[in-house]
Amino acid sequence: MKLYLKVWRQENRESKGDMVSYVVEGISEHMSFLEMLDLLNERLIQKGERVIEFDHDCREGICGACGMMINGRAHGPLSGTTTCQLHMRSFKDGETVYIEPFRAAAFPVLRDLKIDRSGFDHIIQSGGYISASTGQAPESNSIPIAHETTEAAFDAAACIGCGACVATCKNSSAALFTSAKISHLVLLPQGKLEAADRVIKMVSQMDAEGFGHCSNTEACEVECPQEISVLHIGRMNYQYNKALILKK
Amino acid sequence: MKQTTLMYKLVMAVTGLFLCFFLIIHLLGNLQLLSPPAIAREQFNWYSHLLSGNILIKIISYVLYLSIIAHAVYALILTRVNIKAQGSQYVYDKRGQVSSWNSRNMGILGTIILIFLVIHFKDYWYVYKFGHLPLDAKGNKDLYSIVISSFQQGWYIILYELSFIALGFHLLHGFFSASRTLGLYQPKYAKVVRVFGWAYSLLITFGFMLIPLYIYFNFNS
Amino acid sequence: MIDAKIPEGNLADKWSNYKDSSKLINPANRKKLDIIVVGTGLAGSSCAATLAEQGYNIKSFCFQDSARRAHSVAAQGGVNAAKNYKNDGDSVYRMFYDTIKGGDFRSREANVYRLAECSLALIDQAVAQGVPFAREYGGYLNNRSFGGVQVSRTFYARGQTGQQLMIGAYQALMRQVSAGKVKTYTRHEMLDLVMVDGKARGIIARNLETGEIERHSANAVVLATGGYGKVYYLSTLAMGCNTSAIWRAHKKGALMSGVSWIQFHPTCLPQIGETQSKLTLMSESLRNDGRIWVPKKAGDDRVLNDIPEEERDYYLERRYPTFGNLSPRDISSRAAKERIDAGCGVGPMKNAVCLDFSKAIKEQGLTKIEEKYGNLFRMYDKINGVDAYKEPMLISPAAHFTMGGLWVDYNLMTTIPGLFALGEANFSDHGANRLGANSLLQSCVDGYFIAPYTIPNYLSGELKAEKVTTDHPAFAEAEKVVREQLERFLNLKGRFSADHFHKTLGKLLYDKCGLSRTKESLEQAIVEIKALKKSFDHELKITGDEQVNSELEKAGRVSDFLELGELMCYDALQREESCGAHFREEYQTADGEAVRNDEDFCYVSAWEWKGEGKQPELHKEPLVFDTVKLSVRSYK
Ligand SMILES: Cc1cc2nc3c(=O)[nH]c(=O)nc-3n(C[C@H](O)[C@H](O)[C@H](O)COP(=O)(O)OP(=O)(O)OC[C@H]3O[C@@H](n4cnc5c(N)ncnc54)[C@H](O)[C@@H]3O)c2cc1C
Ligand code: HEM
Ligand code: FES
Repeated sequence: MKLYLKVWRQENRESKGDMVSYVVEGISEHMSFLEMLDLLNERLIQKGERVIEFDHDCREGICGACGMMINGRAHGPLSGTTTCQLHMRSFKDGETVYIEPFRAAAFPVLRDLKIDRSGFDHIIQSGGYISASTGQAPESNSIPIAHETTEAAFDAAACIGCGACVATCKNSSAALFTSAKISHLVLLPQGKLEAADRVIKMVSQMDAEGFGHCSNTEACEVECPQEISVLHIGRMNYQYNKALILKK
Repeated sequence: MKQTTLMYKLVMAVTGLFLCFFLIIHLLGNLQLLSPPAIAREQFNWYSHLLSGNILIKIISYVLYLSIIAHAVYALILTRVNIKAQGSQYVYDKRGQVSSWNSRNMGILGTIILIFLVIHFKDYWYVYKFGHLPLDAKGNKDLYSIVISSFQQGWYIILYELSFIALGFHLLHGFFSASRTLGLYQPKYAKVVRVFGWAYSLLITFGFMLIPLYIYFNFNS
Repeated sequence: MIDAKIPEGNLADKWSNYKDSSKLINPANRKKLDIIVVGTGLAGSSCAATLAEQGYNIKSFCFQDSARRAHSVAAQGGVNAAKNYKNDGDSVYRMFYDTIKGGDFRSREANVYRLAECSLALIDQAVAQGVPFAREYGGYLNNRSFGGVQVSRTFYARGQTGQQLMIGAYQALMRQVSAGKVKTYTRHEMLDLVMVDGKARGIIARNLETGEIERHSANAVVLATGGYGKVYYLSTLAMGCNTSAIWRAHKKGALMSGVSWIQFHPTCLPQIGETQSKLTLMSESLRNDGRIWVPKKAGDDRVLNDIPEEERDYYLERRYPTFGNLSPRDISSRAAKERIDAGCGVGPMKNAVCLDFSKAIKEQGLTKIEEKYGNLFRMYDKINGVDAYKEPMLISPAAHFTMGGLWVDYNLMTTIPGLFALGEANFSDHGANRLGANSLLQSCVDGYFIAPYTIPNYLSGELKAEKVTTDHPAFAEAEKVVREQLERFLNLKGRFSADHFHKTLGKLLYDKCGLSRTKESLEQAIVEIKALKKSFDHELKITGDEQVNSELEKAGRVSDFLELGELMCYDALQREESCGAHFREEYQTADGEAVRNDEDFCYVSAWEWKGEGKQPELHKEPLVFDTVKLSVRSYK
């Protein structure tokens, strides 16, 4: 298989980037998308050129490190799939493939396809936790939690923090990411005590990081590798409104 | 407490829903135009008079003006925040494949509605309030005649119909979106609201669209 | 002889005795003590958060862009704890015994007992943090049984147990960041340990974005940098997993143990092409219903579904009638390799075996199987484009978990005072073979419950020690070495990429120091690795600059892997017995089972670095079994 790539190359945070064309031959359909980039990088090394930088680690769709815009779509054409799980079967011989970093003001480009997603860490720092220090925990079966509740909390907690929701959002909103965390914690009895404070802090932090607001276009749910539901955004809003009303 | 974009969005949702509610009243009033001309004239003019006199209605109308302004102002603020949040643009962008067009273009749709509102206010509200109108048999200002005569012009009809289509798409996303903003998250009720939103949007849109066409074809012939 | 500093007393009391008598530091003094924690996996995050809660100042390092992405996220199966919620006879002692036996009697009784003991508190801690473990309809926690034990003690959160535990630990860490007690250094790679007066007093780290070489000083250094299974290149580990942190500590004097004890997971996706970078793990639970077979005839090229029943060899069922397809990992993996080596492998590279669900589908119905394994079948389809409901899955063993690592005593302190090693990075409680779902546990227990006692115990002696700043000549010295290496990499004008050397090394180790080894293969491997290292030193080619440069990162890691690979071979060569994951072909019974030699090898090998190109020196820590009786580990 032979592909024509147009890849975003950018030196560092400050510099302006550009799309650069590459022709890659000898691609097998069994390769993953990242292995295809490995192949190209290997050839760039042979030519003495700087390799294309991209984030990746687990290569099995769970760490959330990888992520790029492939042909204008976050993580490429498949839904429920990270970039590392995308395989070359999804492309046609001779196709032109556009590869860009996830873009958002809150996700500055470091180099090529590598971006800075520390905004997500800051949102969690602002309140995305249950304050339980080591040693304080009661016996785990002392608080029964309904099966359905745990499953619902899990659905929200499944977020891998890749940033595809932000990348695909026309407003670069982090609402899906933040709301998934709020949902995960507020559904569980352990997380209810801090709910009001948490939601106000986390929503404010989203703004402070420079993410946009949510217009409910629901594109994020489609692109989310973990298929996290937009209804969590509803729950976040509910929690937020409740906190506003009940605030002393 | 620091203002957040979510608070702005709440204002938009509340004002938007108020406008949605008002549209029902407005449509019900306008449907009187579909009655036989003699009855329609009296009823419609009486109704218009009612709207301009009652103190309760006055208060509501001020809320209405305020809502439109607040809705538009916050739309503008949020749009500016969004543009800033986007940072650099994608060179090759196919994100549109995963969301509906109207949900992404509420601003454009809203702007069309706003322009329409300006024209609409100028032609009726302003004329009614400050213009010199003939009186009808009951002594009410004869807005009916103005309405009928303005809908004799083809371009005016087209302007209205296009605006209503824009409104329809705005409502189609807006109604359900407001419910989400206000915090509806139970899947069951979210579905109910979505179905209701569709029905509401279709009724309002086609209701409003029907009136100019009815007048145009009934009175021109 | 090295001393493991195991406390006095009965096995069951040792840890409480330790805690009762360990030295404390008053809260006002804790504020004056800095601790560096390298690694933000379960071990690192939990340790950093807990120490911060106690009041110490923590600097936390990881090479990923966020602490949450450490490879602990990849664990699917579950985490063990002796809660006995199923009332099926589980107890701390039983868990201790299973772990000792599973490790083929090559781990310390006291450590393993402590692991089992602390397992109870871990589940409580995780639940308090909001980890959504599976629950029964009555609202109580559920468990399942896992790998080679007879009780149900594995807690799980769907197929994401590691991810969920990791999120809990990460959130605890982030909470301390916002409290100002932890400072995180993401996209930082530790490149050297700094020692002052024989004690660990800091690290040299490289900022992977700007390329800056940074000095960080502290009163103690914790390495929780995970496993080094990536030495095989193809493995279930993440691309960034490395040995650099522990290897560079090793070169500074810390001993390494169990270096060649590497667990191969039997149910991974096989390699299908030369450019492949990863062998994805498929959950072991598939073996509950899938039957493993290869064609009886070597070199059988027929379409798999066309091979009739009587020409299939269900070799696990044949060799291990009691455990069958559920035989322990090391045994299943080795049996697969034996068949593949005999030429019976299937798949495009003839390197896989079949995992067949046709019988299960026939007996239980398609819906039932879909219900149980739907997500795994979908994942299989995503990666291979093959519908495994219609044809057998292809699986093969892959390097997965490293039992070996830095030698630590009962305090989890290495042979360098002030240097601690936690989680998969230490040679630890798993002996020569790890039981499924015990390593998430070990990482968490090390970080939440053990190090937060043992590190203060050490630090209490450091309160009066001289304050060391990064201006100390030891920092300058260490930084110079790091800089020189990086410059050398950038200036080499060779022909081959770092990946080329990594892949060559990986293949070599798979063949000669992998699932099974012989004296001959190991001796050969040592010679070949030496040659490869030499070639690496001259023929490496790196492009790009000193800023963001993944090739430069790889070069450093591969360089360390090459040296580690050599030590692995020495370790495997010296141990003339078969135990757990270490299978020396010379030491087996007539029907191919491992033969352990307790007479001569009932000790921990701890290796000392003697300098480049020099043979490492062996130290021995005898293993004393007071409580359990050594027995043959049989699954026939
Ligand atoms: C696919 C897979 C499935 C598994 N399933 C299970 C299971 O079901 N049950 C179970 O109990 N165990 C399982 N394990 C094993 C278990 O997940 C690991 O042993 C455990 O999570 C290791 O945790 P850790 O904290 O020691 O290391 P890791 O989580 O690997 O963390 C290592 C950390 O060190 C950092 N680091 C490494 N090198 C450097 C450096 N040079 N400089 C700076 N930072 C560095 C990394 O950034 C990272 O933060 C599985 C392992 C794998 C690979
Ligand atoms: C009758 C007139 C109008 C009605 C009934 C209406 C109704 C609504 C509703 C219900 C919403 C959803 C709010 C939410 O998501 O929470 C909305 C959103 C929006 N409206 Fe209106 N609106 C009207 C006029 C306007 C006008 C005049 C403008 C613009 C100037 C406008 C611009 C917007 C925009 C930009 C949004 C999307 C906000 C976002 O990004 O989420 N609307 N509207
Ligand atoms: S590399 Fe981990 S999710 Fe893709």
